[in-house]
Amino acid sequence: MTAVLDPPPAAPIRHVRPRRRQSPLSVLLGIIGEILITVGLLLGLYVVYQLWWTDIMGDHAQAEISEQFEATLPTSPNTAGEAQLGAPVAEELTPLTAETFARLWVPAWSSGDTFYVRPITEGTDRATVLDPLGIGHYEKTAMPGQIGNFAIAGHRQSHGKPFYSIDKLQEGDELIVETAENWYVYHVMSWDIVKPSDIEVIAPNPTDPTAAPDKAMITLTTCHPLFSTKERYIVHGELVEWMPRDAGRPASLVTGAPA
Amino acid sequence: MYGAIWRLLPGPAWLKAVEALILVAGVVAVLFLWFFPWVAPYLPFDQQTVE
Repeated sequence: MTAVLDPPPAAPIRHVRPRRRQSPLSVLLGIIGEILITVGLLLGLYVVYQLWWTDIMGDHAQAEISEQFEATLPTSPNTAGEAQLGAPVAEELTPLTAETFARLWVPAWSSGDTFYVRPITEGTDRATVLDPLGIGHYEKTAMPGQIGNFAIAGHRQSHGKPFYSIDKLQEGDELIVETAENWYVYHVMSWDIVKPSDIEVIAPNPTDPTAAPDKAMITLTTCHPLFSTKERYIVHGELVEWMPRDAGRPASLVTGAPA
Repeated sequence: MYGAIWRLLPGPAWLKAVEALILVAGVVAVLFLWFFPWVAPYLPFDQQTVE
């Protein structure tokens, strides 16, 4: 038996990867690559923000504003009021920019027991009204119930998307505007798809922009097609009936079992 | 940049991964709560008025 000498204890093996000096070009390409990835991620996050986050924030904010506005209104009995067909009693409405002064109820957009109701705020600037507060009223257009064109704008996508279902509206659908004094019931008359520069759709007389207005109308504007701002989707309605708040509310907004 | 951040994070790899997730959540929060709302009205993606 030959004695086998133990080999001397080996030094701990350290794997040293030889660091190759990176050429300036590959460093540059690496930086460019990281910038592109970062920009891509930011854009992707922005899409998620626009299409998901702003809806969460917008729905919540608009529901809160709607409730706060409702608290300022005199009570309106939850019974069907008698519809008045003549010209409404003139209401003094002079809201400041970014002031909520009315609400829009659309039975066609309601589902189940929940009514579609959104606040209407003076002004159509995105930063101050349309993004944070929902539906905006074109300043210098008529007020609800007045002869002329009560024109309002709202997001189709994002920020609570108040006018998302605008293309579901059909002739005869009710567009109900609630103010501190009255309920105004407009019926949808027509719709159109126009260019963003077609401002005559919010003229006092949209059917004949050169003529004086002779009807109390409502106009909704939003973008079209979905996810695009290339065109505008326009809905026109005419005032059909109204009632003072204390007389009750439009029949389609009465909750509970029918009498 | 991302490699340098990873190397700077303390701890073993699994801890670095947790820290990285926290950093990402923080960045996303800053983006969603401050940066994007500030930038959004100036980007042409969302116009629904006629003018």
